[in-house]
Amino acid sequence: MSGPKFQPSEPIDFLVIGAGAAGGVVAKELSTAGFNVVVLEQGPYLHEGDYSHDEIKYTVQPGLTNDPKVQPITYRKNENEPVKMIKAIEYGRQVGGGSVHFTGNYWRFHESDFHERSLFGDIPGTAFADWPISYADLEPYYTKAEYDIGVSGIAGANPFEAPRSKPYPLPPLPVKSSGVLFERATKKLGLHPFPAPMAILSQPYRGRSACVHCGFCESFGCEMRAKSSTLVSVIPVAESTGRCEIRPHSYVRKIATDERGRASGAIYFDANRREVFQRAKAVVLCANGVESAKLLLLSKSSRFPEGLANSSGLVGKNLMWDNGSFASALFEHPLNEFKSVQVTRLVHDYYSADPKRGFYGGGAIDARFDFYPAGFALVGMPDDAPKWGADYKKMIGKYFTRTMSLLAHSTSLPVEKNSVTLDPDLKDAWGLPAVRVTFEQHPDDIANMKWLLAREHEIFEAMGAKKIWGPPADVFTTSRHLMGTCRMGLDPKKSVVNSHSRTHDVPNLFVVDGSNFVTSARQQPTATIQALAYRAADYMIRGAKAGELS
Amino acid sequence: MNFSRRDWIFGSLGSLAWASIAAAREHAHEAVLKRNAVEFEFFDAHNAAEIEAIATQILPSDDGPGAKEAGVIYFIDRALKTFDTDKQEVYRNGLREIEDIRKSLFPQSESIASLSNQQQIELVRSIEKSEFFEVVRTHTVLGFLGNPSYGGNRGKVGWTYIGFEDRMAFEPPFGYYDREAQ
Repeated sequence: MSGPKFQPSEPIDFLVIGAGAAGGVVAKELSTAGFNVVVLEQGPYLHEGDYSHDEIKYTVQPGLTNDPKVQPITYRKNENEPVKMIKAIEYGRQVGGGSVHFTGNYWRFHESDFHERSLFGDIPGTAFADWPISYADLEPYYTKAEYDIGVSGIAGANPFEAPRSKPYPLPPLPVKSSGVLFERATKKLGLHPFPAPMAILSQPYRGRSACVHCGFCESFGCEMRAKSSTLVSVIPVAESTGRCEIRPHSYVRKIATDERGRASGAIYFDANRREVFQRAKAVVLCANGVESAKLLLLSKSSRFPEGLANSSGLVGKNLMWDNGSFASALFEHPLNEFKSVQVTRLVHDYYSADPKRGFYGGGAIDARFDFYPAGFALVGMPDDAPKWGADYKKMIGKYFTRTMSLLAHSTSLPVEKNSVTLDPDLKDAWGLPAVRVTFEQHPDDIANMKWLLAREHEIFEAMGAKKIWGPPADVFTTSRHLMGTCRMGLDPKKSVVNSHSRTHDVPNLFVVDGSNFVTSARQQPTATIQALAYRAADYMIRGAKAGELS
Repeated sequence: MNFSRRDWIFGSLGSLAWASIAAAREHAHEAVLKRNAVEFEFFDAHNAAEIEAIATQILPSDDGPGAKEAGVIYFIDRALKTFDTDKQEVYRNGLREIEDIRKSLFPQSESIASLSNQQQIELVRSIEKSEFFEVVRTHTVLGFLGNPSYGGNRGKVGWTYIGFEDRMAFEPPFGYYDREAQ
């Protein structure tokens, strides 16, 4: 599939930066509405034939994600600490972005997620706030996303689910042994297990084949085109219009503005590291919750000295983390969790926050496969297991097929000092400032993770686990859900974008991706990122047709 | 969600560019085709035998194929010349130190490979907390359970041992507990 070729010197209608979960959707909506679109993607343009079941390439090495060797990241807990170089954040870096290598969990937010500040009140030391939109505003776009990309699940199976206008387009994937044990035990505990909504096809859909249960979803690209990435769902539709050009290996260093203070395009490095200026009538930034903020900060000028669209000073701030609690357990008989998708059953019973717990927070617990063979033998075994020798070998032989995991996806409060900034010293391979991440957990988030870990142990006990183990709840982990750094709001002093993802400061500049999130919900941001992208695209189309954007 | 499971591996291995992965695979593929005829590129024959002796203690061959049968030493040799070149120094220094320890523990011995099984276990136990050992352990496991295209896991013996099936497609039931659920 390939689209048209546009000349950088000719202003196109829309320039989209980032071809991931949001950028793919925006490109498809705008091009099918008749606009010319160029999408700049810093990573390569790969296809199903380029992927493989190679654990070393995709999990030990960066594979489909950002490589700190060429794009180093510095991290510190707070501004008093020196930075260290670790891969604190991770994102998909190719056409399709994170939707290529994600697990496929595809949950809508609950109605309460949009107004938790009103429900639970202020939390000192945080920027806890209501969203400027409600679930009802997004519902049509969740539905559109589920049908456009292909999502498997059962409407109504989750009693805590918000109202929906249509069922899922596809039935759920077959349950695994982990799901059977989990469903039986959680029912016994009075909970409400349901089939996981997954962006993976349980049946053939729109010319794509169904999942063959190969088991290589998380961290891998799907060789069957069954995982509903934007790469195989909406991007081919965009290209088929003849109005959308996807430009891989295009690493943007600055969003340009004209004398009126409007966005006029972007300057990027092409595959040969030559600078190119692509002109555009409007710019849509979909580079993810870290890279979008970085690019706005890099795009400072005499007119925008603190960075573009940053009159609020909030670009890069309120970074929220990919929080959760994780446990594994051994069972008597083989589960063979390496077969089929990561997750088939989960519960939302602990999703809502409850002031009676003594902290703000909640979570959803899923039953999952989490370790491929070498990863399991290296870091997935119990802490008290031998690390080498005959007993070690026997143990990995016995445990690999009999182990499963529970993962509680939990809240991350917005705190202003948790942020993405430009590192003052370190540069990446293109000479641009490295991303500096400052992040420290809020005490409520840690209390919540500990509480959820205890729920996981209860569930494992009820499942008849022979042994339970895992890291402590407050272990520091890489974040792959990048949220909050260009938050949405009605007040330009307290937010970066309006309720349709348009920046308050620059009328023809949009930011739509996880950075818009006001609160974290319970992780699994992809469905909401895509619903926001559909809604923002609608608004862009109306604005462009009314002549407001150029 | 990326718990420290993966970060731990990153910590001991470091990351690399795509081009070097491709080079590693290409090289390993040739090695597999040529089987044992391929020459070591990083190790000399003596050091290869020493590292193989340690790897064999990490994953012994007592109850089925272990590190030796999987060709772990070929995986490690290639890793050190392709995607893990920054671990060469760890091996050089580690080998020097472990030979010193061997000489002090077993003054009459000539090599790790020639020690008895019990002596090898005692020697490995004396270095099991070292960075060198953690790197050798990581490489040994990757060479036993990683993709055979890197030169290890020959005949998929590692996967077979732990019960992992290398297939493109599966059908339910997948395991013991979902037999009646479908």
